[in-house]
Amino acid sequence: MKYIDEYRDERIARALVADLARRVTRPWLLMEICGGQTHTLMRYGIDELIPPQITLVHGPGCPVCVTPLEAIDKAIQIASRPEVIFVSYGDMLRVPGSRSDLVQARAAGGDVRVVYSPLEALKIARAHPERQVVFFGIGFETTAPANAMAVLHAQRQGLRNFSMLVSHVLVPPAIRLLLSSPQNRVQGFIAPGHVCTVMGYREYEALSREFHVPIVVGGFEPVDLLEAISLLVAQLEEGRAETENQYARSVTREGNLQAQAIMERVFEVCDRKWRGIGLIPRSGLRLRPEFAAHDAEKVFQLEELTAEEPAECLSAQVLQGLKKPTDCPAFGRRCTPAMPLGAPMVSAEGACAAYYLYRRQAVAP
Amino acid sequence: MCLAVPGKVLEVEERDGSRVARVEFGGITRLVQLDLVPEARVGDYVITHVGFAISRLDAEEADRTLRILKAMGLLESEERGAP
Repeated sequence: MKYIDEYRDERIARALVADLARRVTRPWLLMEICGGQTHTLMRYGIDELIPPQITLVHGPGCPVCVTPLEAIDKAIQIASRPEVIFVSYGDMLRVPGSRSDLVQARAAGGDVRVVYSPLEALKIARAHPERQVVFFGIGFETTAPANAMAVLHAQRQGLRNFSMLVSHVLVPPAIRLLLSSPQNRVQGFIAPGHVCTVMGYREYEALSREFHVPIVVGGFEPVDLLEAISLLVAQLEEGRAETENQYARSVTREGNLQAQAIMERVFEVCDRKWRGIGLIPRSGLRLRPEFAAHDAEKVFQLEELTAEEPAECLSAQVLQGLKKPTDCPAFGRRCTPAMPLGAPMVSAEGACAAYYLYRRQAVAP
Repeated sequence: MCLAVPGKVLEVEERDGSRVARVEFGGITRLVQLDLVPEARVGDYVITHVGFAISRLDAEEADRTLRILKAMGLLESEERGAP
C-alpha cells in the first residue's frame, strides 16, 4: 500500500540503524508514548536492531490500559440493564473490571456489541428506538473528535436513545506527570503521531522547554520509528532539547483545527483517574453540560465505586516506563492474553501483550 | 486504538448532511466521513481513524522525506557492497 510499504523498506531501515550506531556515544533511555508504536517496535524487532546503548521503555499510550477500573465497572452496570444495548470498541470487552468484564456481562444476558466506528452505534440507535444505546467513548485525542462528531450527529438527528459513557484521556498531562516524578529515567520521548495529527505539537514544544527534554513526533512504520529514534539521539548527543516532527506527512504544528473545534464544542477538560497511575489533573475530557441528554453518567443513576488493582499486577510501573513487562513474575504464567491480570495484557496495544506476542521466548518457562 | 491508515479518496458525496468519501485501502474500499477533513478531494490520500478521516496526507512532504531516506539507504547498500 502506498505510504505504508515505503516506510517498511529494509534498506532504508538498515541505513538508519547504521547511522544511529555511528552517532551514539553514551547510553540513552527513550520512551515511545503510543501503544501502536510499541507494537511496531516489537513486531519488527527494532528494540533488538538498534545499538545496545539505546534502551526503549513503553509509555501509557494505550487507552484500554489506562481506562480506570471504575469506568469499566460503570460500563458493566449499564450493560447489565435489560433496556440497554451497550456498544464498544472490541478491545474493551475483555479488560478486567474490579469483579468481572463486559464479556461476562454479555454472558449473563447483557446486550453488548462491538463496533469499529462510533457511527455504527448511531445506526444501532436508529434501528432500535425502543432501546437505550450506550457507546463507550474512550481513547486519546486521536479518537475524541470522531466520538464528538457522533454526539453532534445524534443531537442533529434527534436521537434521544443514544448516550455516551465518556472516559477520554489526554497525552500531554501524562508526559508532564512522568517528567515531574523523581523516579523518572526517560531522557527523550517519541510523541504519538496520530494524537499530534489532531492536536499539533505546540503543547510538546512547551514540555521540551520546561523540562529540557527532546521530543520527536513519530509515525508508526519501522522507518518512521527508526528515524524518530535517530533524531532523538542526535539531539541528546548534541545537548539539544527541542520538539521535532518526523511524521510531517500527517502532522502540522497547528494540527487539525477543524477537529480541535469539534472536540472543544462537545467536550471539556476534567481531572481523570488513569488506571495504574492515579489521578492526573486536567488529563481527561467529559461531555459539556449542554450535552447532558447524551451523557450516560447523567442518563443512568450509577453507583459511585472505587476499586483497587490486583496487587500482583505490575501494570502501574510498566505504564510509567519503570519496569518492562518481562520483569513481572506473573508475565506469561498467571497473566496471559487469555487470562489477563491487568489491562496491558488485554489490549492489542498493551506493552505486556506486545511482549507476550513477540518476546515470550525471552522468558524462561 | 490510535491506529489510522492512509487510503486514496475515489469518490466524494453528500450523505445525511455530511460529506463522505469512498476510500481505497490496499484494494478494500470503505466509506469514510470527511467531517474533520472537509478539504479532502478525489485523488487525495487521507489518514483514517474509526471511520473518520483525520488528515489529508501531505504528498510533497512524504516524497521529500522518502527521497532523503532512499538516498541514505542506497548509499548504505553501496558501502556494504550489497546490490
